[in-house]
Amino acid sequence: MVTDFLRRFIRHRLAVLGAVIVLLLFAAALFGQLLAPHDPVAMNFGSRMSPPSFQHLMGTDEFGRDIFSRVLHGAAVSVQVALIAVSISTLIGVLLGAMAGFFGGWLEEVIMRLMDILFAFPAVLLAITVMAILGRGIENAMIAIAIVYVPIFARVARGAVLSVRQREYVTAATALGRSRQAVLIKHVLPNALGPIIAQVSISLAFAILAEAALSFFGLGTQPPDPSWGRMLAEGRSFMRQAWWLGVFPGLMIMLSVMGFNFLGDGLRDLFDPRMRSRR
Amino acid sequence: MNLRYLLRRLATLILVLIGVSILSFAVVPLVPGSPARVRLGVQATPAAVATLEAQLGLDKPLHRQYLTWIGGVLRGDFGESLISSQNISAEVTRRLPATLQLAFAALAVGLLIAVPAGISAALRPGSGRDVGVGIFSQLGVSVPDFWLGILMITFFAETLDWLPSSGYVPLSQGLWPFLTHLALPAVAAGVTSGAIMTRFVRSAMLEVMSQDYVRTARAKGLHERVVVNRHALRNASISIATIIGLQMATLLSAVVVIEIIFSWPGLGSMALNATLQRDYPVLQAALLLFAATFAIINLLTDLSYLLLDPSLEYT
Repeated sequence: MVTDFLRRFIRHRLAVLGAVIVLLLFAAALFGQLLAPHDPVAMNFGSRMSPPSFQHLMGTDEFGRDIFSRVLHGAAVSVQVALIAVSISTLIGVLLGAMAGFFGGWLEEVIMRLMDILFAFPAVLLAITVMAILGRGIENAMIAIAIVYVPIFARVARGAVLSVRQREYVTAATALGRSRQAVLIKHVLPNALGPIIAQVSISLAFAILAEAALSFFGLGTQPPDPSWGRMLAEGRSFMRQAWWLGVFPGLMIMLSVMGFNFLGDGLRDLFDPRMRSRR
Repeated sequence: MNLRYLLRRLATLILVLIGVSILSFAVVPLVPGSPARVRLGVQATPAAVATLEAQLGLDKPLHRQYLTWIGGVLRGDFGESLISSQNISAEVTRRLPATLQLAFAALAVGLLIAVPAGISAALRPGSGRDVGVGIFSQLGVSVPDFWLGILMITFFAETLDWLPSSGYVPLSQGLWPFLTHLALPAVAAGVTSGAIMTRFVRSAMLEVMSQDYVRTARAKGLHERVVVNRHALRNASISIATIIGLQMATLLSAVVVIEIIFSWPGLGSMALNATLQRDYPVLQAALLLFAATFAIINLLTDLSYLLLDPSLEYT
């Protein structure tokens, strides 16, 4: 079953491309500090805003800092924020959604209406508000992004659990006298995992976008730490003289988002039973 | 139309609106520090802060404060700004049209991209055109809207000097200046939605093109253009119309971001400024308005399914 899945995964070109981009991003996040040719926060006023060259692959910024090194460090920030934020929202969202789908009744009503309420706020506005309550900084950005994406996971998990709940093996386990919690954890959740995993990948893409936006507005990563959103905010006023200040961090955001999107879309195709029979 | 379904949806809407208003209200009690302190500044004496708190009703229990606030909101009174001491409702009335204009323009941009691109891709699945549309929609989904915004400002406004880089001109001061100021923010806010909707339009159209009535229309010798325009497109338009509602979440979030980038005097930039200045009653108002708008659009989308597709049964 696992080898079968891997075989189909390799044949899905978009998923493979996404996986390669994501792996490169993780590598940059893990080993970026070692690979960075310069100190990302070291200022060098002798070479301010110098264009891309062999010495400075992506040029230097208004303080003479090496943009390539800063971009590598920014990868660590983005990946860290995205992974932690999405882990929190997956955990809470899946738990709430699975309970709603499995137990139904008034519990389902209460949980799903609460999710509707959270979902009604525009994502960025909700994140900004949570930052207003908790204060600025990278940890609070993680919490803010996590809260924003809880309703999506609750909905996906509920839908997946609902579709699994009616299967024969669940009825069988219930008939054998297993407790409801045991049935939910042992039989329902593992079989509902597919759509949830695909949603994790897609949410990582959105989390990277959200972190960049929050840092761009000055609410996320604080100076002098490099993050892609902050680099764009700082470089914005110099973009006419030095395009590389605004182009490379943005390209990195876009590429990372694309990687997670490709991977997520691919996984969704592969987990979809209808796709399986078509091939 | 199914009356029971309608009533149930209305009841849910009211429930969600109440929840949304409680969450919006909760911002002021949740933020650290007293609103009175924000208004009076750091040097104010504790006695002065306490007096103002009593004046603002902040010494009352939270549920009383909420009822006073929501009662005011229902009468169109959002209270006063802590920074400017101005009436928030007046500010909201001034800014609401700008936000609505940007949102509709962004939606129009999205549809102008998605409908032609999605249809042309679906008519020749697997062709170069289809692949091209697919690549565009992947790029459009992944591009950060605020980055697209600043790239467009740098290129079209600052370098080429074709369009103004920021700001807003009301429609009353002339259509042309209004449109030139609207163009860049509308495109920046609409591209991502357009890219997402492209996929929906393409799959809706593909689905319709595989239906029996399309095959029949072709079999009886109708011209391909007639088959597409008269038979396929009309039926696909049902699902295309409902996509618009589904896109509202993405679109409204993009509008908030783009307003800030382009100094667009709407509710989104008002919300960020309020956050940065710790003017939380203003943030409350923005939160409530955005969420209520979204919840109502959501309901209208659900109901439009019923109107557009009478064969659907809701319970």
